[in-house]
Amino acid sequence: MLQFVTQIGGSVTDGLAYIGSLASLGGRAAYYGLVGPFQGKPLRLQRAFAQAMEVGVRALPVLSLVTFFIGLILALQAAYELTKLGAMSVVPRAVALSMSRELGPLITAIVVIGRSGSAFAAEIGTMKVSEEIDALETMAISPVDFLVTPKFLAMIVMLPCLTIWATVMGIFGGAVFGVAQANFTFTRYVQASIESLFIRDIVTGLVKSVMFGITITAVGCFEGFSTGGGAEQVGRSTTRAVVMSILLVVAVDLVFTAVFFVMGSA
Amino acid sequence: MSPENPILQELPAVLSVRDLRVSYGEREILHGITFDVKAGETLVILGGSGCGKSTLLRTLVGLERPSSGEIWINGKNLATVSVAELYEIRKRTGMSFQGGALFGSMTVGENVALPLREHTKLEDSTIEIMLRLKLEQVGLTGFEYHMPSQLSGGMKKRAAVARALAMDPQVLFFDEPSAGLDPIIAAGIDQLILELKKAFRMTIVVVTHELASAFLIADRMMLMDKGNIVAVGTTEEMRSSVNPRVRQFLDRVPEPDVEGEMDYLQALTESYSRSLERNPRV
Repeated sequence: MLQFVTQIGGSVTDGLAYIGSLASLGGRAAYYGLVGPFQGKPLRLQRAFAQAMEVGVRALPVLSLVTFFIGLILALQAAYELTKLGAMSVVPRAVALSMSRELGPLITAIVVIGRSGSAFAAEIGTMKVSEEIDALETMAISPVDFLVTPKFLAMIVMLPCLTIWATVMGIFGGAVFGVAQANFTFTRYVQASIESLFIRDIVTGLVKSVMFGITITAVGCFEGFSTGGGAEQVGRSTTRAVVMSILLVVAVDLVFTAVFFVMGSA
Repeated sequence: MSPENPILQELPAVLSVRDLRVSYGEREILHGITFDVKAGETLVILGGSGCGKSTLLRTLVGLERPSSGEIWINGKNLATVSVAELYEIRKRTGMSFQGGALFGSMTVGENVALPLREHTKLEDSTIEIMLRLKLEQVGLTGFEYHMPSQLSGGMKKRAAVARALAMDPQVLFFDEPSAGLDPIIAAGIDQLILELKKAFRMTIVVVTHELASAFLIADRMMLMDKGNIVAVGTTEEMRSSVNPRVRQFLDRVPEPDVEGEMDYLQALTESYSRSLERNPRV
């Protein structure tokens, strides 16, 4: 029994230490991003822009497809129950709300974890193994400034953009069902979706997506930097980056959903 | 320790190390290292695998923090400087890594130009000229648009030297310059080091276990074993040394098999238990 409690205690401290490390890395990257420009060190906009292309623009095809399907699935699932109540007119509202508040940000985050969170860990892990991180240090270039800050910038800007896109694609996916099965015209479906959304719904989704972006970047880069020697370690870091990112993104999601819920009902 | 060459002694020391100790966790790797590197000389640090020579080099460029002792470069003690001061010192030193450590996502030219772009406010056209000069110095003229993956091992090392030279460093560090290269390419790298020495009177510290290369490029040599300095001296002094450890290393006598069972088990499990400490739950 005592051993069990000790184990739980150990896991909790480990978890807190992990989150502490992420926060520390994020804080340091923020220092270079926010304080650096005032000390004559311009932001690495070129590198951030390249990252934004990679993280954001190149994710569009797969993200569009995934969220389009998700929107269609949501409409089908909602209709399954709503036809019994004769309330098919609520389908656009159900799809639009769940996409903008929850599934848009979450699905976007998961696609980005798979594409970019893993890539961050692999890139930095490989650089660690081949002494490139050491080389940066010996050239008096901060690896955090050079590698991490541009990634944070790119993710903080691109994730909300992708999330908006994902929500729109989800609504289109729902519209396909609405037009085919529920006697909506396309315009009327989209109009019904827009009317059911309040600014609040969109903003909560976007706030979440920014937090997801920060989480994914911090985990990906941290796992990259903690890569030990050898190529197989890079694979392990990449896996850990994906698993930990999904776990933490869902946890962050829960926290923010709870906070918005309390704020909304208060 | 053998008496030092009087000519070298008159020159000021660029790098002074005093009673340097470095530990990884509980285990001490370097047990009180003391030596000087004079301006314009080439010091070769020799030793077998695991003797601490790589750790020493990493400590000299500030990648490892010493647990005690002093490292003086240009009147600054590396063991106590702030991060900002450490970065200032690093702008004046160059390091060529064993595998080159070129950034795989950048061309050779971008690699070499990176320190200049980061630390100077030079015009692009000036950087372009300096880049050509550095590449010419290492015999890589015309390779600026190649990716590191397109270069052979020897060329990668030359490119890494060009990058280390970019800021015109006062001290140049080499980690195993001829490791993993065939003898002809390795001889080419030795020639490059000799040329740098002759043309720029550059202060160079080389870590290697290649004897032929060491005797060719060194002004002075330092032999290390198990985290201690065994002997320091000019190439001539080393050749005629009667110190049994020096003789053993130079004459390539294999280590007698005297380790007991406990030593064997400790060596066997050491790296494993260290990896468990780092990553307990993987």
